[in-house]
Amino acid sequence: MDLEFDARYDEFRAQVRDFLDKHRPTPFGGLASGKREDRVAWLSLLIEHGYWARTIPKEFGGYGAAPDLLETVIMDEEFNRAGVPRGMNAQGPAMLVPTLLNHGSDEQRRRWIGPTMRGEIIWCQGYSEPGSGSDLASLQTSASEDGDDFLINGQKIWTSTADVAQMCFLLVRTEPDAKKHEGISYILLPMDTPGIDVQPLQTMAGSIGENSFNQVFFSDVRVPRSNVVGHRGEGWKIANTTLKHERNSLNANAEGTLMRLARLMTEETINGVPAMASPIYRDRLMALQARAFSMKHHGMRMLTCSLKGEPPGVAGLIVKLQNCQLNFDMAALALDVMGELGALYDHSKYERERGYWQAHSIFSLGLIIGGGTAQIQKNIIAERGLGLPREPKPQKA
Amino acid sequence: MDFGLSEDQLLLEQTVRSFLADQVPIERVRELRDADCPNDRAIWTALAELGITGILVPEAQGGSALSLLDAALVSQALGHAATPAPFLSSAVMASVALREAGGSDAEAWLGGIASGEQVFGVAVTELFSVREEAGVRLDAGKLGGKVMMAIDAHGADFVLVVVDAETLAIVKTDAPGVGIERLPTVDATRCTAEVVLDGVTPEAVLQDAGRAIERMLQAGRIALAADALGACESMVEQAVAYAQVRRQFDRVIGSFQAVKHMCSEMIAEVEPTRSLLWYAAHSFDTLPDETPLLACHVLSHVSEIARDIASVATQVHGGIGWTDEQNLHFWFKRIATARHLLGGPEILRDQAARLQGYAPAA
Ligand SMILES: Cc1cc2nc3c(=O)[nH]c(=O)nc-3n(C[C@H](O)[C@H](O)[C@H](O)COP(=O)(O)OP(=O)(O)OC[C@H]3O[C@@H](n4cnc5c(N)ncnc54)[C@H](O)[C@@H]3O)c2cc1C
Repeated sequence: MDLEFDARYDEFRAQVRDFLDKHRPTPFGGLASGKREDRVAWLSLLIEHGYWARTIPKEFGGYGAAPDLLETVIMDEEFNRAGVPRGMNAQGPAMLVPTLLNHGSDEQRRRWIGPTMRGEIIWCQGYSEPGSGSDLASLQTSASEDGDDFLINGQKIWTSTADVAQMCFLLVRTEPDAKKHEGISYILLPMDTPGIDVQPLQTMAGSIGENSFNQVFFSDVRVPRSNVVGHRGEGWKIANTTLKHERNSLNANAEGTLMRLARLMTEETINGVPAMASPIYRDRLMALQARAFSMKHHGMRMLTCSLKGEPPGVAGLIVKLQNCQLNFDMAALALDVMGELGALYDHSKYERERGYWQAHSIFSLGLIIGGGTAQIQKNIIAERGLGLPREPKPQKA
Repeated sequence: MDFGLSEDQLLLEQTVRSFLADQVPIERVRELRDADCPNDRAIWTALAELGITGILVPEAQGGSALSLLDAALVSQALGHAATPAPFLSSAVMASVALREAGGSDAEAWLGGIASGEQVFGVAVTELFSVREEAGVRLDAGKLGGKVMMAIDAHGADFVLVVVDAETLAIVKTDAPGVGIERLPTVDATRCTAEVVLDGVTPEAVLQDAGRAIERMLQAGRIALAADALGACESMVEQAVAYAQVRRQFDRVIGSFQAVKHMCSEMIAEVEPTRSLLWYAAHSFDTLPDETPLLACHVLSHVSEIARDIASVATQVHGGIGWTDEQNLHFWFKRIATARHLLGGPEILRDQAARLQGYAPAA
C-alpha cells in the first residue's frame, strides 16, 4: 500500500481547485434536453486540462497521461466538492470507449473515441430484446451477409437514448447456425441509416430526468461489414467487457451523492430543527457514508487491479450490486428527511431540488434492473466468483 | 374467540373490490391522472350509493355506522385498485373527527358527507411536522396562516383544519380569503394541497376537540396503512402473475429460486401485517386504549415493508416494470407518497416509544 500524497499531489490538487474556481460548466443538462455546443465546449475544456479522457492516448483524442490512482481520487474529490460533473455519464464514454480501447481496430479508435469523449457523438446500447433480457445470449436480431455489407433485421427494446443518439453499438446474430453464445457479433451502426425506426417508451419517471427509453425496429438496415468490432462471432465476449464497464461505471459516484445528501440534511428543517440535528437521520447518514467510503476505496482497489492488469475476481463482481442498492438507499434517506414534502414532483411549489431525489430514487431502481438485474448479478457472483455450480438446465417437457 | 373477518365484512370487501375492478380499472386511473383533480366526483357518487362515503357516519345522520375495520377494508380495496378518491379525508378522518367532537355544530356536517354531496379535505400536517413555517392562527374569529399537504383539499367543498391540539375549524373552500393550491406529488392518484388562510371566517369552530383530533389521526393512520397495504398486495399479485408467464433461459422466471424468494419474502411481510392491521382497526371501536400505540405501529410498519415491496415487485418485472405502460408505478408512487402523509416511520416510532414511557420526557 502506497498512498502517500507527496508534494506533487498537493500541487495537482491546487491545480484542480484553481481550474474549478475559474471554470464552471454552462449547465448543459442531459443528453436530450441540453445544448450540444455547451456540452462539447465543456468536455473539450476538461480534456484539454486532463480532467476527462485523461489516460486515453492523444492519438485517439485523449489527454494521454499515465494512469495514476491518486490523481483520479483527487479529481473526483475536488469535482464532487464543487458539485460539478467530471465528464459525461453516458453509454458512449462509459462502455463503448473502453470496449474500443480493448478490442477495436486503430481505425475505429481514431474515428470514434475522440468525438465520443467530447460529446459530439451520442451512443446508444442495442442489446436487450423483448424476449432476451437476462438471457441476452438468446438474442434474435439478425445480420445477414450481403456483399460487403450486413443487412440487419429485428427489434431492440429498453434502448436508452436511442432517440437522441447518432450511433448505436449493437449486438446481432451473424452466425445463425453457431451455438447461442458463439453466433453474435458486435457492430457499430449510424442511427440515421435507412430502415431504423425508433419508438419512444414512456418511463415511470414521468416528467423528470432524462426520460429516454425506446424500442428500435430494424428492417433491412445496411451496414458495412467493416463496422464489426473484433471478429465476427466474438460479440458475446466483447459485449461482456462492455457490460463489465457498464457495471463498474454505474453509480460510481456514491460519494458525490452522499455529499449532496449531507447538504440537504443541513438545510432541511423539521419542526424548526435541521434534519442533521436528529440522531436518527444522522445515524442513517453515517451508516450510508460508511458504505459510500467502502465503495470508494473499493473503487481504488479495483482501479489498482486494472492498472496492474490483475483480475479483480469476486471483488470486482460485486460492484454493480452494491453501488446500485447504495444509491437507492441514499435516495430513500433523502426522501425521508424531506418527509411529506419529499413526494412533491412535477414542478410543485415547495419541491426540493427540482425533484432530484424522487428522480434519483426511480433511476436507481432502474439501474438495479438495467445492465443485468440484481438477481443476475448474484448468480454471477456465486457462479463465476465463488465457483458454485450453475443452475440446472430445465428439463425438456 | 375468532380472529378474522365476518361474513358481512367479506361481503363488503368483495363488493367494493368488484365495483372498483369494474368501474375504475387502471385505464380509468390513467385518464384521471391528467385531470386537474383526480378525485372524480362520479366515482364518489357511485361509492355513496354503496354506502361507502358514510361508512363511519352514525345512522342518525344517514350513514351506515360501520366499524373502522370495515372502513379499513374499503381503504385497502382503494389502495389495491389505486383509486383516486377522498375516502381517507372525508369518509374516515373528517367523519371520525366530527362524530367524536359531537354536538350540533359538528354533527350537522355528517349528513352531507354520508350522502357524498359534500367532500371534506383535511389539513392536519402540522400536528406532526412543521415545515415552511406553516401553521394556523384563530384571532377574533378569523383564521390566518397556511397548512401544507392538506389531504384531498384540492377539489373538496370544505376543509377540516386543525387549528391547535384542541381546536378544529371547518372552512368552505370557496370562502373569501381561502387559497388552495394543488401540490402535485409523484402519486397522481392523491390530491394534496397547500391551504392558505387570510382572514377567513370559518363555517364552524369546534373547541375542546382534543380527543376528536387524536381519534381522527388514529383512524387516519390505520386507514392509510390499509391503503398502502392494499397497494402492496396488488404489487405482489402482479409480480407473481408476471413470474408465471415471463420466460427467460427457456423457462418461466418463477421457476428460478431467486424469483421465488423475492415473491415469498414479499408475501411473508404482507400476511402478518394484514393481521396487525385487522387488530389495530378492530381496537379502534372495541379496545380504544390500545389504539394510539397500534395506529403508530401499523402505519410505520406498513411504510417499511411497502418501500421494499414496491422496489422488489418492480424488479421481478425487469425492464418492463420501469415503464409507464406497465402501470406498476401507480402503486409504487402511491406507496411512496403514503409513507409520509400522516407522519413517517421515524415520527410514528418516536410517538410509540413515548406512549409507553420509553422516551425521556422532552
Ligand atoms: C433504466 C434501464 C435502462 C436500460 N437501458 C438499456 C440500454 O440502453 N440498452 C439495452 O440493451 N438494454 C437496456 N436496459 C435493459 C436491461 O438490460 C434489462 O431490462 C435487464 O437486463 C433485464 O431484462 P428484462 O427486462 O428482459 O427482464 P427479465 O430478464 O425478463 O427478468 C425478469 C425477472 O426475472 C429475473 N431473472 C431472469 N433470469 C433469471 C435467472 N436466471 N435467475 C434468477 N432470476 C432471473 C430477473 O432478475 C428479473 O427479476 C435497460 C433497463 C433499465 C431498467
